[in-house]
Amino acid sequence: MSGIGTGYDLYPTTFSPDGRIFQVEYAHKAVENSSTAIGLCCKDGVVFGVEKIILSKMLVEGTNRRVFSVGEHIGIATAGLTADGRRIVQNARQEAKNYENFTSDIIPIHVLTERLSIYVQVFTLYNYIRPFGCSLMVGSYDEEKGPSLYCIEPDSVALGFYGCAIGKGKQEAKTEISKLKLSEMTCKDAVKEIAKILIKTVHDETKEKEMELEMSWICKETKGKHKLVPKKLIEEAVEWVKGQENEED
Amino acid sequence: MFDLEKEFLYDLNKEVKTGTTVMAVTFKDGVIIAADSRTSSGSYAVNRVTDKLTPVHDQIYCLRSGSAADTQIISSYVSYYTNMFSIEEGSQPTVKKAAHMFREFLYQNKQYLHAAIICAGWDPIDGGSVYSLPLGGSIVKQPFATGGSGSTYLYGYCDMNFKENMTEEEAEKFVTYGITEAIARDGGSGGIVRKAIIDKNGVRRKTVYGNKLKKFWEK
Repeated sequence: MSGIGTGYDLYPTTFSPDGRIFQVEYAHKAVENSSTAIGLCCKDGVVFGVEKIILSKMLVEGTNRRVFSVGEHIGIATAGLTADGRRIVQNARQEAKNYENFTSDIIPIHVLTERLSIYVQVFTLYNYIRPFGCSLMVGSYDEEKGPSLYCIEPDSVALGFYGCAIGKGKQEAKTEISKLKLSEMTCKDAVKEIAKILIKTVHDETKEKEMELEMSWICKETKGKHKLVPKKLIEEAVEWVKGQENEED
Repeated sequence: MFDLEKEFLYDLNKEVKTGTTVMAVTFKDGVIIAADSRTSSGSYAVNRVTDKLTPVHDQIYCLRSGSAADTQIISSYVSYYTNMFSIEEGSQPTVKKAAHMFREFLYQNKQYLHAAIICAGWDPIDGGSVYSLPLGGSIVKQPFATGGSGSTYLYGYCDMNFKENMTEEEAEKFVTYGITEAIARDGGSGGIVRKAIIDKNGVRRKTVYGNKLKKFWEK
């Protein structure tokens, strides 16, 4: 099989003649194979939503987690190889804990993001370890600074976003997100909007099996702590989305 | 038999300690820190004009007592880390952060160290703060703190004269007289009084030379 990168794509230690590292680009492809995750910065917090494909009716609800807490005040949502995501989250948890032990302050989100970036970058340097095949969205909410959302990709680039999507349906999701007025939205509204994007725009009912929504937030209501969105609110959001569909019909 | 080495030179082999008096006091606008200037090695004054007011960051200082070597190396570590963190975070470090870093070093290495530190300064979040870190590596936030061998002579003085929210003048008098008294009574303390006033505008350093020190009850 020859593709674009043939010959230059065996190891991350090889640049192609046009200056690309193909192994890192292939890592991006691994993220694009996974189901979509969305993160939004609202007026009073940050909300994450993940479209989880239910592979079997035998699976317990809520298993195969895609959102994680780091410290109490930071949330991370992953797309791509979940195991890789868990590894980075474990590293993030250690960084946060060490920082807290050393300085008695909670780690600021931009410091954690920078450190995770540096960590992810290390794996793009050597030929005996592969790059991470996952993207992460890191979010936090602070009374003074407001909401913060960063997205770290397999090439270790970390950018700050008002709204972001990663995974299979990220293009359509990003288009929908750009239509939203995020600065005027509350987190409760965002839960509904994210549900709408994931259920209607991103999820293809004909092609894929059923989906489960995993949502979490860090907001004024949770007092700056990262928590799963209460099940009731998610169910209400799903009902609301169904209602919208009926209206449009 | 008279042994020259034993009688006179023995002292020079003793570890250099800052037999000391140091004080830090919060007042209305910030903190004032003060110290004597004697570093002794046994009964020989190695340095009679020592500067024990060590900067850790722009508006955070530490007062060192105990082994000179131990306290110097730890304060340079903490200074390094506070500088790194403040650049990483893009904001001024709090005194609390610096003090807790001191605590981490002092506690984790307590078997090897003989060091007690008072960490004091001003930051925009907590204003003026004083943290006392005694020998074992504990940390206590206090409105004022004293340390060193001379501090034992100041417990009564401080308890009777300290007031919350003093003016700068009152606080300056408080620390100057305190160090003066300790110098008079404690053999391990002597020389001049070095002061620093740390508030939102920065640090102002002052010195009171030996002949200007107020004389209290003396026959």
